[in-house]
Order: sequence, then C-alpha cells, then structure tokens
Amino acid sequence: MELTGADIFVQCLKDEGVEYIFGYPGGAVLHIYDALYRQEQVKHIMVRHEQAATHAADGYARSTGKPGVVLVTSGPGATNAVTGIATAYMDSIPMVVITGQVPTSLIGNDAFQEVDSVGITRPCVKHNFLVKDVNDLADTMKKAFYIATTGRPGPVVVDIPKDVTALKTEYHYPRKVSMRSYNPVTKGHTGQVKRAIDMLMTAKRPMIYSGGGVVLDNAAAELTGFTRQLNFPITQTLMGLGAYPATDRQFLGMLGMHGTYEANLGMHNCDVLIAIGARFDDRVTGNVEKFCPTAKIIHIDVDPASISKNVKVDVPIVGSVGHVLKEMIKLLKADKRSPDEEALAEWWKQIEEWRALDCLKFDTSSKLIKPQAVIQSLYEVTGGDAFITSDVGQHQMWAAQYYKFDQPRRWINSGGLGTMGFGLPAAMGVQLAHPDATVACITGEGSIQMCIQELSTIRQYGLPIKVVSLNNGYLGMVRQWQEFFYDGRYAMSYMESLPDFVKLAESYGHIGIQVKDPADIEGALLEAMKQKDRAVFLDFVTDPEENVYPMIPAGAGQNEMILV
Amino acid sequence: MENEAGALSRVAGLFTARGYNIESLTVAPTDDPSLSRMTLVTRGTEEIIEQITKQLHKLVDVVKLQDMTDGAHIEREMMMVKVSVGDGKDREEMKRLSDIFRGNIIDVTDNIYTVELTGSADKIDAFVSAIPVPIIEVVRSGVIGITRGEVSLSL
Repeated sequence: MELTGADIFVQCLKDEGVEYIFGYPGGAVLHIYDALYRQEQVKHIMVRHEQAATHAADGYARSTGKPGVVLVTSGPGATNAVTGIATAYMDSIPMVVITGQVPTSLIGNDAFQEVDSVGITRPCVKHNFLVKDVNDLADTMKKAFYIATTGRPGPVVVDIPKDVTALKTEYHYPRKVSMRSYNPVTKGHTGQVKRAIDMLMTAKRPMIYSGGGVVLDNAAAELTGFTRQLNFPITQTLMGLGAYPATDRQFLGMLGMHGTYEANLGMHNCDVLIAIGARFDDRVTGNVEKFCPTAKIIHIDVDPASISKNVKVDVPIVGSVGHVLKEMIKLLKADKRSPDEEALAEWWKQIEEWRALDCLKFDTSSKLIKPQAVIQSLYEVTGGDAFITSDVGQHQMWAAQYYKFDQPRRWINSGGLGTMGFGLPAAMGVQLAHPDATVACITGEGSIQMCIQELSTIRQYGLPIKVVSLNNGYLGMVRQWQEFFYDGRYAMSYMESLPDFVKLAESYGHIGIQVKDPADIEGALLEAMKQKDRAVFLDFVTDPEENVYPMIPAGAGQNEMILV
Repeated sequence: MENEAGALSRVAGLFTARGYNIESLTVAPTDDPSLSRMTLVTRGTEEIIEQITKQLHKLVDVVKLQDMTDGAHIEREMMMVKVSVGDGKDREEMKRLSDIFRGNIIDVTDNIYTVELTGSADKIDAFVSAIPVPIIEVVRSGVIGITRGEVSLSL
C-alpha cells in the first residue's frame, strides 16, 4: 500500500519503537501533525518553546539510553531547536530531530519560515540529512536512528520539505543499515589492551578517571568491577557521576575546576592514569602543561578523535568502553601479577590524608540558608534515589558535589555546552520516561527563567516534577568570578526584578513554597515529596555570597586549588 | 567521499570550526559516480595533522582517507595563465619559456597568450616567477595527488 510521506514518517517512529516525540507544530509540519493525530501509539508532547522540546528529548535519552525524538517546524522552529541540539552534541546524546522545511520548489527562495536547517545545524550534529524525495524517507530515518545511537552517540537532524510529507510511495522500513562510510569501532585492539594491563601492573600511585562515555555505553557494572578488582582510587567527571557508586570508599569525588581536593591532588600526583570514556575537557585538566606531570596515561574511548586531542597519551585504546573493560577484567583475572601492594597501601594512606581535609565542609551554623545544605537535605529526603536534573551555574556544581549518585543515568545536566534553561525541560523528559520516580530539577533563579514557560507543559501533562531553586538573587557563578577576578565589580549579575516564584508557580497551577529559614529546609522538601501528583516549586532563598569551593582558577594546575 | 550534496561543506566547515587551514582543495566525481575524490592540502604540526585526519574520518560522508605525505606519491596541479604579449619579442620569449616548462599555448589573440601548464606546485610557481611579460590572469586548479605503486585509495 502506498502511504504519504507524513504517514511513512510516523510509521518509521513506530518501527523504531519510539514512545514519545517532543515538539511544536507549524506550517511546514502540518501533514505530519495530521498523521500523528490519526494514531495513538506515538505520544506527542507539546512544549512551549522548541528549545524545551530538544532538552526534554535529551532528558528522556539521558535517563533511558534510548534516542530522544524531536519534531519542529521550519525556520524559527529549527533555529529555536539549535541550542538543544548543540547541548546534546557536546554531551554525545543520541537524538533524532526532525525539522520541517518549506516545499522543495521554494527552497532557496527566501520563502516564509525558510532557513537552511542543514547548514545551520551542520557544526552541532553528528550528521544531518535533507530528504528531497519521498522514496528516500524511510531509509533516511533508519540511517538517522542508526547514526544517532551507535559509536559515539549524537544528534542527527532530518530536514523534510512539506511536499515530501504529502507525496505517496510504498513503505518499507529497512531492517538493517550498512553504510560504507560509517563503521564505528567497538572492540579494542588486543595488543593495546595488553599493554595497558602491563602498565597498570607497574603502578605505584594509580588513578582511574572516568567520564560520560561509561554512562553512555551502559558500562557502569564493568567500571565498578574493574575498579574494585584493582583497588585503585577513582574520580569521575561531571558527566560521569553515578557510573561508579559515589558512596563507595574508592570514590574520591568529582575532579576538575570544582572537584575535590583528594581527586585533584590524586590526579596531580599519580604515576599511572587510566582515562575511561572521558575527553580531557579544559574544565578537567586546567592548564594542560601542568596536567598529571608524573603520569603515564592510558585512554579508552570510542572516538579516536578524542584521543590525544588535548593531552598526549601513552596507550590509546579505541573501542567501546564496555567492551574494553570486559576484556581487561578477563585479562586481570587470568593475570598472575598484581600491582605493588605496599606502594598502593602507601598511596591510599596519602589519599586519606587529603580526604581528611574535608574540602566540602561548609558553615552549618549560619542563619542564612546555605545552598549546600539544601542539596544535602534533598539527598537525604530522597534516599539518594531520585533523578536529578540541573541547570548551569553554582547550583549545578553543588548538586554534583553534594548529591551522591550511586547509579548511572540519575544525574542529568548540560556539562559540555553549559546550557542554562536545560534543567526544567530535561526533567519533563525524565519524568515521562519514569512516571513513578522522584524527579527533581535543581536550579537557580537565573537558569529557571530561561525555560520557565515549561511550567505550563508540566501542568498539561501532569508531571509531578519538584523544582528546587537555589535563589541567591545573583547569577551566582558570574558573581563568584567577578568577586575573584574582577575585584567585585558585579556587572549585570544582580537581579533587581525577580518575580514572586510562589505566585508564578501557583498561576501555572502548581504548588509554590518559599523557604527562608535553614530550619525549614527538610520540612519543605518532605512536604514537596509528599505531593505525588503535583509539581512543586521550592524557592530557597539562600546566602547570596556563598561560593563554590574548591576552585581551580582557569589556566592553573590541578594542585593549585582555592579551598575556602 | 560520498558524492552527496553538502559533503564538501562538511569538510570546509570542519576546517573553519576547528581553526585549521586549507591551502587548496579540489573535488570531483570519480569513475564510480557515487563517490567523489577530494584532495586537500593543509599545513600543521604532526599532532595537528593527526587531529585533522581523525576529525575528517569522523565525518559520515568520508569513506576513506589517506595522508599522501606518508609515502611516495605524485602531485600535480594545473594552471592557466593569460599574459600580455604586445610585440614580437614578447611573443618569442613567452613561447620559448612555455616550451621549456612543457606548457601549451591554448589561446592566442593579437595581444594575448593563454598558456596551460601542468606540474607540481613548485614547477608552476617557478614558471609564474619566470614569466617576462605582464600577467593578466592566473587560475590554478589546486593540487591533486596519487600514491606511487600498488598502494591505492580505491575501495
């Protein structure tokens, strides 16, 4: 039977097993919306701004491992989606974004709501397509899902002109894709894996540094097994949190600009470093000239271009981290050698001395609400078992430092691009994927306002998200940098005209609670968690001058931390 | 590369986005019309060239990639140059120079010679600087290359 392009598109989603599609209708995609209307299997979630559609799909993808799917119209629909596409690209999140396009006959004519979507998104997608012939639609959709979800995952844009969605053809969804130009590597090179094992055996002061790649590859169990088998200390990047249980003794906390003292000093002083699914981002390395000065480095990554990009490594292993770690565990079990136990004990003794400094301690007697206390309390109230999304800034760092993630895919944040406005829409995607779970969005009064219109979407779909806003009346991270590096000239960071967030939440039909007294933190959180069916906006008025510590100033070495 | 719309702009875009230089770039379909062959000349340290190679390889449209300078190879570039040859002496000189460099005069008017020349970029540079008459226009194709011997970039 012949189907229209629009029906083919919807059928492709069904054949891919797509549950939710996040989008916003408009002229160029009306045929597709009509096709969506005539079926019930694929549920469409209508957001209030296309950026939110991409973040919601992103949150869905990060919390499930399945690709997020977005549908927007041409022109402004596509441009609004770009921030979310770039966010997913920087964190390697599998996503398929369908943008409507003006009819093929009008392309290039500066038609109404026309934009070169393929051109605009090119630098921030893994790949993109313009479908000019309805006969190519099903094949292209299959390729889009395949590319988005394999190798190093990432967003793929499919631009579909309106006339293509109206034309008819026979529908066949390909079972498999084979592309001569795209063959991601999975298995690591055996010789290199053996060299890595040899190097690990010689280690006296080893460190494991793992990142988001472990989460993306669902390799948390392998990472945990590997780390425990070796009894090596482990630190994780912002994107990697949860892949190794944060409450475990071997975990030293996050590393990098706002990492712990013990993690950063461990990195600085180690003699063998194994980087697993991490990409030596500048927020991690600080000054690369001063990075791990005494270490031999092993790097496992699925993307060859990530290896020796910022820091030259000694043993590169290209492969999926799950595969390679499994192989390493097997080899370690069979190996008769073991690392120098005495040296390792000495190393742990040193690490415990650093850890004893308790670099994350904060003033618990203050009359003002300390933001750290809110996160700590949230951790306790939720039993560490919530899905936490965050926006970008101080609250994000505090969330990463004080909420101890024991499981992967629980910590959902924009690490690479650092997109303010990410948290709330991402929480929608997470809550839809996990309807019975506790989903909290840790945010600030600055970030939340970048996508606050989604309070309306949350109302429409009855998502009981808990917004935990740390309201210090400043763009806190900006203020912190201005305090440290611009002699306290707080240019443009003070917000004189904040809304009444309680009333705002109420006007959207949610519960709003303001908390000003440290004694009320736990009570307010418990009250919010009791609301199983309703969203709650918690406006915590916090100490406006609190800073995120420790801090490595940009360009400094990992041993050059500002502690308090 | 896949001979598809947008493939060239992906390569060009990658170079701008990552701050690499393109000295020259030529692209045309091969004997297999579904494939294009691109020859790109760039400059950088070993590390930069390694990164460029990896980043190019990552592009979904790139089927196969080879660093020609890894082994013995032949480079060729084509140039057409239009020169002003007003009197008999200039015409004589230009004809002789063109012969020495094994160029061909491919268009002639009362005042103009157009010379076609193929060779390495160095040879073409040398020819241009040896031209004794005023140059009106130069067009160069950019370098194309092929490996010597059995090694091949074909699929």
